[in-house]
Amino acid sequence: MSINRRQALGLAAGAVAFAAAGLPGRPAWATPEETEKRIAEFTGGKTPETGRLTLTAPEIAENGNTVPISIEVESAMEGDDVVEQVMILAEGNPNPDVAIFNFSEASGIAAATTRMRLARTQNVIAVAKMKDGSTFIDKKEVKVTIGGCGG
Amino acid sequence: MKNRYATVGLGAVLAFATALPAAAEPVDDALVIDGQTMTVRTAAPEGHPFDEVLSGWLFREAETRELEADSFQNPGMLYVDLGAEIWNTVDGTMGKSCATCHDDAADTMKGIAANYPKWDADAKRPINIELQIDKCRVENMGAEAYKFDAADQKALTTYIKHQSLGTPVAVDLSQGELQTWWDRGKDIYYTRTGQLNFACASCHEANSGQRIRADHLSQGQANGFPTYRLKQANMVSLHNRFRGCIRDTRAEFPKAFSDELMALEVYVTWRGTGLSVETPAVRQ
Amino acid sequence: MATPKPRVKLPKTASAGEIITIKTLISHQMESGQRKDKNGDPIPRQIINKFSCEFNGKPVFSCDIDPAISANPYFEFSAKVAESGTFKFSWVDDDGSVYEHEAGIEVK
Repeated sequence: MSINRRQALGLAAGAVAFAAAGLPGRPAWATPEETEKRIAEFTGGKTPETGRLTLTAPEIAENGNTVPISIEVESAMEGDDVVEQVMILAEGNPNPDVAIFNFSEASGIAAATTRMRLARTQNVIAVAKMKDGSTFIDKKEVKVTIGGCGG
Repeated sequence: MKNRYATVGLGAVLAFATALPAAAEPVDDALVIDGQTMTVRTAAPEGHPFDEVLSGWLFREAETRELEADSFQNPGMLYVDLGAEIWNTVDGTMGKSCATCHDDAADTMKGIAANYPKWDADAKRPINIELQIDKCRVENMGAEAYKFDAADQKALTTYIKHQSLGTPVAVDLSQGELQTWWDRGKDIYYTRTGQLNFACASCHEANSGQRIRADHLSQGQANGFPTYRLKQANMVSLHNRFRGCIRDTRAEFPKAFSDELMALEVYVTWRGTGLSVETPAVRQ
Repeated sequence: MATPKPRVKLPKTASAGEIITIKTLISHQMESGQRKDKNGDPIPRQIINKFSCEFNGKPVFSCDIDPAISANPYFEFSAKVAESGTFKFSWVDDDGSVYEHEAGIEVK
């Protein structure tokens, strides 16, 4: 096996950096403060309540590149009882923004499913905004595993 | 969490991790795709080291298993669609597409890929789907062979193998010198290589069912390839995965379709005898 | 990259006022802008930044998308169908391209 010292060091350093950060050379992570700021902007400064909004996400994601998430808000979806938007945030990604779902009465049910990227173990947050101005929040921690060979 | 990975990280690459629960049984679950039940667990053929061969699907988490079970949600199906387009597209100097000779793949390719690799009497070596496509392109279409892992090669291979979805893998080792290549493939499977000194068998036989860091080690079956891998968010070919595995042992890895990897394909495919073709399988 | 191809799944028929489930998938790399190439240079962001679904010209559901949505983006949502008509789906790429798909439904 021919391998020189520099290659050996490179491999070792790479393995540690990889294990610590997922990928070498990543920018800084989003902070919980940034996430709070996004929520405040979205709700107009209101503190969202819990209840009515359910965020479903796996407890353990086999690969952070493709993590299924679903949201559902209890709502009649007519008259004043209409969900307008649901914002998804990931507080430990390089950038907390994930997506904003826009609903209408024609949606029938305020529910949606998508697949998202998680750079590491972190909280995924959903915030719903209703037509009457009320807001709701739900949060799930998703553990992102680092594979042996899957990486 | 972060610190633990930093300290454990390198050590865990060098030895099987103890930081996570060691043994985890494959699940006892049925894979049904569009009403068709896949064989994901079956009695091993004679001379096999295991009593039962198990699909890698049984070693994955619920979300990954569900993604493969839903033929709409499975992102690998996007590449099946792309492969269908290529199948019907004229290429090369002879003005032909695959469909010109082979008509509707749903009829003509049904079950075919489950019997590959086959013996290629012209080349006097085993031939797999990728090489069969190239042979057809060069000899019958006047088109160029695909570069290894070209997007079109992966999509067309995925499409052709998908026509055998549910068909049990069965390689006929009595063809030509296929048995000799099987013997050679077996040698490679058990030969330790690389700085980590791992053979294929170190992970996929001796430690199958255990965890290497967070990865649940399967039997390393070939029946789902090309496979949609969540890590790459793309199709991954069998020879790409072979090379990735060997690279992870920190050994020099052979070229795709080289004698070494063709022998390994013959042997590894045989180890999955009786499992359904699952292409496009979904793995982590 | 080949032209992104959408896949859409919804029922062909429904009863008036029924709430149906719609599933959509499109092939797209969703290059996040966070990755670097072999030379260490950043790979520019190129994602689908907006998905929308209309029924007979009226909005049903839409999504503003950031790079944290996975490659080959998948969206599943509902629609309340009052009459026969056509669903129109569109995906907007960072490069300005718009990928479209239409599917009809008959209300019995």
